[in-house]
Amino acid sequence: MPDGTMMPPPATDPVLRVEDLTVRFVRRNVDVPAVNGVEFALRAGETLTILGESGSGKSVSLKAMMGLLPAYARISGKIWLNGQDILSLPPAALSKLRGGAVSMIFQEPMAALDPVYTIGEQIAETIVQHEGCDNKTAMKRALGLLEMVKIPSAERRLKNYPHEMSGGMRQRAMIALALACKPAVLLADEPTTALDVTVQIQILLLLRQLQQELGMAIIFVTHDVGAAAEISDRIAVMYAGRFVETGTTRQVMKAPSHPYTQGLLHSTVHGGMRGQPLQTIPGTPPNLAALPLGCAFAPRCRYVQEACRGGDIPVIMKPDGAMARCVRASAMVEA
Amino acid sequence: MSAALQLDPRTNDRGGPAQPLLIVENLKKYFPVRGGLLNRQVATVQAVDDVSFFVRKGETLGIVGESGCGKSTTARLLMRLMTPDAGAIIFDGDPVGERRGISVNDMRRQMQMVFQDSYTSLNPRMTMAESIAYAPRMHGLAKKQAIARADDLLARVGLNPALHARRYPHEMSGGQRQRVNIARALALEPRMVILDEAVAALDKSVEAQVLNLLSDLKQSLSLTYLFISHDLNVVEYMSDRVMVMYLGRVVETGPVESIYRHPRHPYTRALFASKPTLDPDRRTHDMPLTGDPPNPINPPSGCRFRTRCAFAQAICAEKPPALAEPLSGDADPTHLVACHLPAAQSPLNASAGAYAHA
Repeated sequence: MPDGTMMPPPATDPVLRVEDLTVRFVRRNVDVPAVNGVEFALRAGETLTILGESGSGKSVSLKAMMGLLPAYARISGKIWLNGQDILSLPPAALSKLRGGAVSMIFQEPMAALDPVYTIGEQIAETIVQHEGCDNKTAMKRALGLLEMVKIPSAERRLKNYPHEMSGGMRQRAMIALALACKPAVLLADEPTTALDVTVQIQILLLLRQLQQELGMAIIFVTHDVGAAAEISDRIAVMYAGRFVETGTTRQVMKAPSHPYTQGLLHSTVHGGMRGQPLQTIPGTPPNLAALPLGCAFAPRCRYVQEACRGGDIPVIMKPDGAMARCVRASAMVEA
Repeated sequence: MSAALQLDPRTNDRGGPAQPLLIVENLKKYFPVRGGLLNRQVATVQAVDDVSFFVRKGETLGIVGESGCGKSTTARLLMRLMTPDAGAIIFDGDPVGERRGISVNDMRRQMQMVFQDSYTSLNPRMTMAESIAYAPRMHGLAKKQAIARADDLLARVGLNPALHARRYPHEMSGGQRQRVNIARALALEPRMVILDEAVAALDKSVEAQVLNLLSDLKQSLSLTYLFISHDLNVVEYMSDRVMVMYLGRVVETGPVESIYRHPRHPYTRALFASKPTLDPDRRTHDMPLTGDPPNPINPPSGCRFRTRCAFAQAICAEKPPALAEPLSGDADPTHLVACHLPAAQSPLNASAGAYAHA
């Protein structure tokens, strides 16, 4: 379904290109379409933020790219990483890819790190696994990585277990682990959500800086508009398994054209809003197992019209390269 | 709310409008850390250390701070879900749990709490109506009336009783469950509600709905809120006055405009500087603070912020600063700050970017 959801053609070849990705969770009685035709391309050194609420399919999309979904997930589409289709790879090749060319950081470092090995052992294991060097060299590399993510007294921290570190430190250690084999693409699944504000900004700044140094592409998944504004080059707003709006950070944050994006930005509390009632989006996110025909946002949309309730929703490319999947956006462009 | 329930004739305004609804004096809670061979006490977590504040009738006091600052422990101490080691809690002029005051149960009738996790704070084996009706039943209301009251409350928090009253927690969304938790907190017609990260786990679009609901309820039921959150924007939006906590102590308190426009404490300023700008053209470039908050097991001596403070001097290690009027600049006299150093409090330093110390 090359329907224009794709971002404008990048100047250099993209490291990652996702074409019509769909994920359905099929079990005996249920068929949940979690991702419904996601398309994008990502260049080296670029950060794409997938912004969405719980159940929008943002984490599922990431896990599909890592081959981390359970067996009952039916995945279709193409995920090209450096010209290689990840979805057609045999398991052995896939596991070589994971932690190699693509790696991932998670929301909960305590759950993602192994509690019975030291940080150093875990990083070294990854390096040995992927590069086949000896343990001593790998340990040395691990030390360098901890220094790179600015963990103070790195030598001592190498011998720490995850529980001996603070939350921010663990998140840094997980980033070091993910970057151990210089991935081309880093997938970040809400890495700052569980952190305190003062630590959150440190991690965002660190990721920005590491990206400049290492040139990797980042897909940053979050529900937090503030974090998205700090880190992304582009933002894709996801709702019910689809990108409903994409554009540069500035386009999406300052001139959103999809009513859902507008609602999301309006209902995000920011400074200086005291005394005014918040503009909210009525209702709740949709049940994926029973998506309405047409636009999934239509039942909550204040501008809903007849055309929204059936058939395909047009994908509108604005002259400035931004995209919106909305009946109304087409009228706005024509006007 | 309907007059169906008059559990406690004393729930009217006892102390008069000038009497703060809640006064907290020198509240203290230390948790022992046990370990070693004989499970002896090896250390103490100074979770809440000498915290004093008051909440006026009808206002919202926001408590803001990072994890481990003692904000949730403070809430639990107020509700007596834990026993304080020291300190007094005075509810509308009556000391709580003392002979000349009111009992803990009487206080709980007038002060209720909503927790962060909407799922674990509801009994999975009770329907929504049963959960809401539980406390009124325990306090002697007939079953039929209690259920009628639950329906009434469900409607008040924006749920349809015919649709939701018989549902179980797992059949509801997070936002709906949090509405039920709010309804349950209101079931005894409390005068004060403690909201401990009540919107933190919700999606943004749902968070806004619940915040609007809380504002409406406060107005129509003349409630007083203690609003605890780590989200600086939400606290600014909801609160009349704000209290900033760090490692178990209050570092700054005052009217919301004064705190947010002219933060005095170096920690408060760093906290605000860490807030994402929401503007891609004005991204944050300098780290306002380095490192995580220290472990509350061994807090620094004197001022607990000194290890991360760019202004720290010898005096900061010697004694803890008292909460007092700012030492520099003309300030609102109700704006109090716990800092020894006039230079550190100067509003001129607000954007000095001098916090980073490697």
